[in-house]
Amino acid sequence: MEERKIVVPGEIIVEGESFLPGDFVRKEGNYILANKYGLAEIEGRLVKIIPLSGVYLPRKGNIIIGRVTSINYRGWLIDFDGHYNGFLSLNEVPKFINKGELRDYLDYGEVVYAKIIEVEGSSTELSLKFKGLGKLEGGQLISINSFKVPRLIGKEGSMISLIKELTKTKIIVGQNGVVWVKGEKIEDEIKAKKIIKFIEENSFVSGLTDNVKKFAEKLEEENE
Amino acid sequence: MNKESSYKKRSDGREFNEIRPIKAKVGIVPSADGSALFETGKTRAIAVVRGPRTLHPQHMQDPLKGILRVNYQMMAFSVWDRIKPGISRRSLEINKVIEWALSEIVDLTEFPGSVVDVLIQIPQADAGTRVAGLNAAVMALAQAGVPMKEMLSAVAAGKIDKTLVIDVNKEEEDYEEGEGSTDIPLCFGSFSKKIYLLQLDGKISIENFKEILKMGQKASEKIYKIQVEALKNPGKEVRG
Repeated sequence: MEERKIVVPGEIIVEGESFLPGDFVRKEGNYILANKYGLAEIEGRLVKIIPLSGVYLPRKGNIIIGRVTSINYRGWLIDFDGHYNGFLSLNEVPKFINKGELRDYLDYGEVVYAKIIEVEGSSTELSLKFKGLGKLEGGQLISINSFKVPRLIGKEGSMISLIKELTKTKIIVGQNGVVWVKGEKIEDEIKAKKIIKFIEENSFVSGLTDNVKKFAEKLEEENE
Repeated sequence: MNKESSYKKRSDGREFNEIRPIKAKVGIVPSADGSALFETGKTRAIAVVRGPRTLHPQHMQDPLKGILRVNYQMMAFSVWDRIKPGISRRSLEINKVIEWALSEIVDLTEFPGSVVDVLIQIPQADAGTRVAGLNAAVMALAQAGVPMKEMLSAVAAGKIDKTLVIDVNKEEEDYEEGEGSTDIPLCFGSFSKKIYLLQLDGKISIENFKEILKMGQKASEKIYKIQVEALKNPGKEVRG
């Protein structure tokens, strides 16, 4: 694989008939052009861009973490750091709820771990009717760029289990870039938060796992 | 250079097709989604981008795509005489022309019902503020991760008496001898080389106009290189 380089919109990434445009690039004549600011990656014939910034784009099937911002008689409006709020319908929770009792199940400001079941225009439909989903109680929320979520999770969840091990906390990562952290002590949560922010900033520096370990040791020393 | 022209040498010693020294920096406002500084000579522009985010009031929302909102303002102390802050006829015009240029390159179909806010502030003005603002806005939009077709590079061309010049400053803009001064802000696309902004208040012959487009195109390419370098080194000040 070639070394990744930063490209700007409209920049020619490669020239050649045989290349195929992937995410955030387009083909014009013989050129593959960037449509977004980010890191260009060429894998065989496929050319794509890993964005360095930008708002989360909801996709069907994504599991996200959001917060209740509004309640109406049909369900809850969930803010998940997208460009528009998502909607969790009364029919999409695993329990029967009487009208007027919505606040007893999920109140304003409470945090949910939900799945996107439909994206149409500006409306994003959410559901809790899958295994492992539901309300997240206590803990803290951390927002990172959604394009850096794969780095935070690591290969087969290696990075996230490393952080859990180092900080003795429970962590859930939403694909929208919102991370929920809960530890027995508040210090553990703060430590996890610092490590997550470190990964976000250094996500494209090689040897990330070793750097994270060193960073955690440094935090440990500072505490003592 | 036209021999009949009374404007034979530029007041700051530049060549007629030479731009002023440029400074560019990306990521000057960490809390924003995207931000940039663009400076040519004494003209300085700051642009901040926020969004895409839900647009309120709701009746302004477009169900098919997100919209772009530009707000250009000169700071009260940006000119020698105090300028009254707030909306003026001039700032409304500039908002519109910048918005039209930027709307052509951004693609907000993935963000229906949302808005991207572009805020442009001019802390110091020495002519050519709309093109400096546009250059900063494009850099800020790119850094914010807004999908875009290409970059834009704008330059303030002009005609001083009968001489064609690039990157006019305030002293030249106020030149009154002969035919006086004509301002021609130009903006070119980085890949397509299309013209996205062209304003012309005054008289110019067709031959001169063709010539000034060529000069503007060359200058915009120089500006583009600096914009790209600033974007590739976020947080670093790039000079050129």
